[in-house]
Amino acid sequence: MFTASDLRKGLRIKIDNDPYIVTEFNFVKPGKGQALYRCKLRNMINGNQFERTFRSVDVFDEADLQEKKMSYLYKEEGKYCFMDNLSYEQVFLNEDQVGEAKNFLLDNIEAEILLFEDRPLGISLPNFIDVIVTKADPWAKGDSVSGNTKPVTVQTGYQLQVPPFIEEGEKIRIDTRSGEYLTRVKG
Amino acid sequence: MIAEDSWRLTVRMDALRLRAQMIQAIRRFFQDQDFLEIETPLRIPAPAPESHIDAVVAGAWFLHTSPELCMKRLLAAGYSRIFQICKCFRAGERGDRHLPEFTMIEWYRGGADYRTLMDDCEALINTVAREIGLDDVVSWQGRRIGLKAPWERISVRDAFARYATISVAEALRTDRFDEILACEVEPHLGMEIPVFLYDYPVEQGALARVKEADPGIAERFELYIAGMELANAFSELIDAGEQRRRFEEASRDRRRKGSPVYPMPERFLQALPRMSPSAGIALGVDRLVMLLADKSRIDDVVAFTPESL
Repeated sequence: MFTASDLRKGLRIKIDNDPYIVTEFNFVKPGKGQALYRCKLRNMINGNQFERTFRSVDVFDEADLQEKKMSYLYKEEGKYCFMDNLSYEQVFLNEDQVGEAKNFLLDNIEAEILLFEDRPLGISLPNFIDVIVTKADPWAKGDSVSGNTKPVTVQTGYQLQVPPFIEEGEKIRIDTRSGEYLTRVKG
Repeated sequence: MIAEDSWRLTVRMDALRLRAQMIQAIRRFFQDQDFLEIETPLRIPAPAPESHIDAVVAGAWFLHTSPELCMKRLLAAGYSRIFQICKCFRAGERGDRHLPEFTMIEWYRGGADYRTLMDDCEALINTVAREIGLDDVVSWQGRRIGLKAPWERISVRDAFARYATISVAEALRTDRFDEILACEVEPHLGMEIPVFLYDYPVEQGALARVKEADPGIAERFELYIAGMELANAFSELIDAGEQRRRFEEASRDRRRKGSPVYPMPERFLQALPRMSPSAGIALGVDRLVMLLADKSRIDDVVAFTPESL
C-alpha cells in the first residue's frame, strides 16, 4: 500500500485494476492549504496517459508487477513467443510490447519479461549482445572519401553504422539500449 | 562522488552570494525602520494547530513551523515592531518550491492592518532588488516582471471568477479550494506585476481577523510573483475565545484525517487578550532568492538539500 507521499517519478501503482507508471511528478502546496501531488500517469497496458492531482489522504495499491527470465523462441503472425525458463510456460508479446528489442532477438536469447498479473507488458534485454555481421561492403583500404562509418546488416536483420574495417562474418557487440555499435569481438 | 559534490556546491556559489546579500539587505530594511530583530526558540512544546501543516517532532517537543506564536507573545507584551529571520520546519513538504527546512522572514506591526503590510512588501522587495543591482524589472525563467509600486490587488472571489472553472463557494463546498487555487488560479498570478491576493474565506484564515463588514471573510493576503506564492499576511486575530475555537476545529480536523494532534498552545492563548490590533506576515526567503536569482528550483538557492546530506 502506498500513500500520496510515496508518489515519485517511476512509481508503479494500480488504479481501477490497471498498472500505471508515474511519468511526471510535482509536489504543490498553498502555504496554509492541503498538500497536492500532481502526477502524469501512463497506463502500462494500453499506453494511455492522463494527469491527476492526488491528496495526502489518497492511498494506492502497488501494481503487482513481476519480472521473469524467459527465452525467445520464435515469431509468428506478428507475435513474439517467449518461454519461462523455470516453468516452460509460453507467453506471447505483440510488436508494441517488444518495441525496439525486436532488433536484437537472437534465437534463445534470455530476456526479462515484465508481467502484470501474468499478462506480459514489456521486455528488457541484456544491455550488450554479440551478433554476427551477415552483410557488409568490403573495406576499400585507403578510401578516405567514404567517411568513417559504413552500414552493415547483422544476423537479426538489424542494420547499423559501424567502422569501415568491419567485415562480413565478424562478430560485433551492440548496446541494445542505444542500438549502437560498441566494439569488434574476437573469436 | 567527492568531486561531484564539490562541483554541485561550486555551481551554487553565485546564488549563495546573492542570497547572503539579500539577507543583509532585508535586515537593513527593517533596522532602518526601527524594527527590533528577535530570535525565538526553534524547539517549542506546542505548535499552532493548523489543518494542513505538520510539525517535525524533536524529542517530546516540536520544531516550530513558523515563529508566529512566540512573536505574538512579544506583541502582547508591548513590542510593536519586530522581525525575525529564521529556519522553519514542516514535515513532508518537498518539491520544486518546498523544502522541509526553509528560511522565513516574519515581521509584525502593532496598530496596523494587512494593508500596511502590502506597502511593506512593495518597499521591501524593491529595496532588496535595488541593493543587489537590479532595477525595477526582474527576469524570471524568460518572463519580465515589473516591480514598480503599486502592485495589483485582487480579491480571492474576483480571482476565482476571472481564472477558475468554478466559484469560491463551489470550490469550498466540494472541498477543492486548495486544488483550484493551486492548479487554476496561481499560475496566472503576478505574471506581469506582483499581485496581492486578498480577503480569503474565513475558514482559510485560521489566525486572521474577520472583516467587520463581512463575517465570511478573513483579512488575509498572499503575495504572488510569477505564479509563485511568496508571503502570507494577516490582520491578526486577537479574540482569544475565537482563536481557541479555531484551534480546536483544526485539531478535530487533524484527528479526523489521522494526523498527529498537538497540545493547545495555552500560553499563547493566555497572552492573546493583551495583544492590541496588529498585522503580521511571513515571507519565504528561499523563494525570494529563486525569483531574484532567476532559479526555477529551490534546490538551486540553498547549499544543501536533505537529499544531499
